[in-house]
Amino acid sequence: MRIALTYTRLRVEERLLLDAFAAIGVEAVPVDLREAVFDLDSPGDWAGYDMVVDRSVSLTSSLTSVRILEGHGIRCMNPARAIEACSDKLMTSIALARAGVAQPRVLVGTSAESGLAAVEGIGYPAVLKPTVGSWGRLVARVNDRDAAEAVIEHRDTLGSVGQGVFYVQEHIDKPGRDIRVFVVGGEPIAAIARASAHWVTNTARGAKASGLEVTEELGGLCRRAAAAVGADVVAVDVLECPRRGYLVNELNHSMEFRNSIDTTGVDIPGRVARHAVRVAEAARSGEAVSA
Amino acid sequence: MSTATIEAVCPECDAAVRFDRSPLNGQVARCADCGAELEVTSLSPLTLELAPEVEEDWGE
Repeated sequence: MRIALTYTRLRVEERLLLDAFAAIGVEAVPVDLREAVFDLDSPGDWAGYDMVVDRSVSLTSSLTSVRILEGHGIRCMNPARAIEACSDKLMTSIALARAGVAQPRVLVGTSAESGLAAVEGIGYPAVLKPTVGSWGRLVARVNDRDAAEAVIEHRDTLGSVGQGVFYVQEHIDKPGRDIRVFVVGGEPIAAIARASAHWVTNTARGAKASGLEVTEELGGLCRRAAAAVGADVVAVDVLECPRRGYLVNELNHSMEFRNSIDTTGVDIPGRVARHAVRVAEAARSGEAVSA
Repeated sequence: MSTATIEAVCPECDAAVRFDRSPLNGQVARCADCGAELEVTSLSPLTLELAPEVEEDWGE
């Protein structure tokens, strides 16, 4: 078996995954997407791989490569539809809503006027998020109409085209932490709680992580969230709402996990590698492994 | 895979950046002296450059 691990930046996670494949005797070849040229008429060297594990930190490279490789019939993990659904918060919310997975209330406007109306519809405080973005960047909590008008005017005037979608989310008064559940092959394998005095509880923004037991309720919700976006491997971010219980906030298709292995005691890269082998074996024999 | 310590020069502060195993192209590393985030841009000779800042479409 031969697996390509595509990347644009070889971080600790990618090395851990390469080590995990080596540990189970599977050849995983790191392929730098920045050097790749894709031929739409022929898979070329890509035909020599049983599957592709996408680990690009660049969403553009990730989606471009996976879409083309899937066009050549090469199984990619995650599939393009999962990347599309996870990388765009609006797509995530649509997928969750269609699957009936509990999430914070979301209203969307596509102009400054309707964006402000969406904020007023949610009420204060409300959370304005760019539909594409990660690590908590440009996520804004607005506590009153003055703040909402300021953020919306800035986005409308200074932002890129994508910033013209005003995705407004209900603010959840969570207990100083949020939860991240790692789902691999449909199974919730580990969870961490991320605590911070700041309302953005993202470890990229300084939140502290600790291990958390995956209860049946939490695991079931995350299993359904992963299925809703069709992801093989995904990190599900969950908020604890005092009124509604667990709510799925976001899904991450190319999750970081370096600080969650010791915290949870779970060999996350090993579990990902073993699932990738199952997916590749199924792809080779023409079967489907449900994501 | 080599077990000997492999060294390259930090482009920011000239300190030696050590790898305890063979680095791969594109690998990120941090200079222990100045804290700069670096990226391996060549394996032969082993060359480090300052890693790019976070770009707009980067994420998990």
